[in-house]
This record gives sequence, C-alpha cells and structure tokens, in this order.
Amino acid sequence: MINVTIEKKLKGYHGQQVIKVDHQFTAGSVTKIYGPSGSGKTTFLKVIASLTKPEKGRIVVGGITWFDAEQKIDVPTQKRNVGFVFQQYALFPNMTVRQHLEYATTDELWIKRLLLLGKLDTLQTHKPEYLSGGQQQRLAILRALATRPKLLLMDEPFSAIDPKMKAELMAELSVLLKEMEITTIIVSHNPQELDGWATDELVFE
Amino acid sequence: MDLSPIWLTLKLAGITTALLIVIGVPFAWWLSRGKSFFKIIIEAIITMPLVLPPSVLGFYLLLAFSPQHGIGKWLRDSFDVQFVFSFQGLVLASVIYSMPFMVGPVKSALQQLPASLAEASYTLGKSQWQTFKSVLLPNIKPSLLTAIVLSFAHTLGEFGVVLMIGGNIPGVTRVASIAVYDSVEKMDYASANNYSLILFSITFVLVIAVFVFNKYQAKSHLG
Repeated sequence: MINVTIEKKLKGYHGQQVIKVDHQFTAGSVTKIYGPSGSGKTTFLKVIASLTKPEKGRIVVGGITWFDAEQKIDVPTQKRNVGFVFQQYALFPNMTVRQHLEYATTDELWIKRLLLLGKLDTLQTHKPEYLSGGQQQRLAILRALATRPKLLLMDEPFSAIDPKMKAELMAELSVLLKEMEITTIIVSHNPQELDGWATDELVFE
Repeated sequence: MDLSPIWLTLKLAGITTALLIVIGVPFAWWLSRGKSFFKIIIEAIITMPLVLPPSVLGFYLLLAFSPQHGIGKWLRDSFDVQFVFSFQGLVLASVIYSMPFMVGPVKSALQQLPASLAEASYTLGKSQWQTFKSVLLPNIKPSLLTAIVLSFAHTLGEFGVVLMIGGNIPGVTRVASIAVYDSVEKMDYASANNYSLILFSITFVLVIAVFVFNKYQAKSHLG
C-alpha cells in the first residue's frame, strides 16, 4: 500500500497554484492519472521519485516513510527503487540499447527478457539517435523495469508507439507487472487507452 | 638553436592541462548545479583572469608567494617550497590563469544537458559521481575536448603572468614566449622567428584538430 498526502506549490501559466493530493495506491494496482496540461501530473510523479520536494505532507510506501515534511524525512531517489519513464524518454545518447540496460542491471537473463519484451533484441548495438520514436519509448520503459522496481512511474509512456505495437506491449507489460507485483502509476493525455488495464484513477483539476 | 624553452613550454602546458582536468572539470560540474550567490562570486573570481591584465595577476601572485612574508614565507619555512622564480610557481600561475578556459566551456555544456538525464540515472540507483562519470561527462565530449585544447594552447601562449612570477631563468622558467621576447631584446630576430614559428605551428595544428573533431562529431550525430 502506498499512502500519499502532499502539497506542492507549482508555478504555472496562470501564476502559482498548489497541487494537493491525498490518495492510497493499492499494492500491484495500475492507476491512471489524467487532467489538463499544467495541472501538475508530471510534478506529482517527480515528487514520488524524490526528483522534486513537496512543501507539506507524507509519502509512506509499504509501511516505510519515504517523505515526511514535519519530521524532515526524505529518502533519496537512489534508495526508493522506482522505475521512471520520462515523457521525453531521457535516454543516454552515449549508450547503446544494451548498455542502457547494463547500466541498470548486471542480470544477463533479465536483460535478454526485457529486450524480447520491447522487441529491441535486434537493435542492441544501436544508440538512441538511430532508433525511431517508438523504439526510443520502448527502451525507456525497459530501462525503467531493469532495476526490478516495486513502483513504476510512467509519464505518457505510449504516446509515440503505433497502435498495434502498443496493444502487444501493453498486454505483455500487464503480465510482467502482475508477475513482479509492481504498483504502477501512469500519466496519460489519452486515458481511454488504459481502459481495461488501469484498476484505479486519479484526476488532476 | 636552444630548444629547452620549447620543451619547458610543452611540459608546463601538459602539467597545467592535466591539473585543470582534475580540478577544473569537477569544479565546473559543481558550478553547473543550482544557483547561489556564493557560486556567482566564486565563478566571478575564476573568470577574472579572462579580463585582468596578466601582469596584474602575476604581480599579486608575486606578492602572495614572496618568500619574505605571508604564505610564501610559511610555505618556504614549513615545506621548503618556493613558488616565486620556480617551475612550480609557473604551474600554479598557469592553472589559475587558464582555469576559465577549462571551467567555462565544461560548465556551459553540462548546463545544456537536459536535467532528466541525471534524474533518469538517479532512478536507476546511481550516485551523483557515477552519473557524472557515466552519463554527463561522455555526453559533453566535444566541449570537454575543446576546453582541454584551449587550456593547453592558452598556457603555451602565456607571457605576462609567467614573466612576473617566473622571470627568465634558462631551463627553469624561460618558456618559449619569454625566449621570443628575450631574443628580440638581444636583436636576435632569427631565434625569435624560430620560437615564434614553432609556437604558431603547434597552436594552429591544435585548433585545426579541434575543428575537425567537432565537425566529425556533428556529422556522426546526423548519421
């Protein structure tokens, strides 16, 4: 179970606003987050990963406090073991597909399985600049899974993937996430694409 | 022709550049992260040699490291080290003088990388140092190489600072630029021309090499 109660100030197009979230994420659930642009969806994911700090609140994951503003507890990103799929992929230009995964894990069998899952096994020696948008996005997803996280945060993870590939990938991801009991939070501009997969939702105003 | 000023110059530039890689690159990384008034002041101090007359910098270094008083006296009494009129003094002055040529380009290049690159590395459990070494540094290779070559070339061309703190001691502090000046003073234009031509050729080849490398890098990125 993940309990999140946070307040975070955000500078937006219309001046300063405050993101307030009070939500429980069930272990192993898939939650879709949607809402208008600039409502703080990406910032919320970054708060959970400790890539940005909220002003108030608590984040408790499986009984362990990751963040508590009052008690000044803030577990660093490196110790949270969250998988993060960035909206702009954030792939490393100097690394090949395989090197991205090797940077995250030394488990060779796991790397092989991930490459097959993302259908990138034939592109192992390619650097991101030689991959299509969809291939880059798949690599970003594989890299996020490489550390075997217990919590997977995905920011628009399927926006560049064609519909056929998306359906296949989502089906296989769904099996993998269940098998690994990963709790997943997905930000999407197109929440319908997650119908039938997401078990919970959170709407940002 | 006495080639010792050329070898001394290359030795000085090599040692200075190596020290600047070790000191200047991590320093540029520190400056590139976050903003504070303290960092602005530090950056301004590092940048001063770009705008200060070299003789001013040399003059203050000469005063600071004079073995008669202050730090210079303490260094001589405690460690038997003398920075004035010595090769180590030239190295110290060169590191300070060429610091902005290493720190400036590296800092700018690091700031231009998307923040999400480092963030992605942190989510994979990597420390700040691992991220710097494996993700940030390899992705600023052209800027890093430019900074290294500029620092080296700039040290080759030092004159004012070197003359002030090192003087003109053959085999110890007489670098090529001083040898050119010394030869002209003695009306030995042939030697001055030889030293000048060697310095000109080395720096020209270095600058061409950087341009070719950067062009090759740009081409390989375009596929």
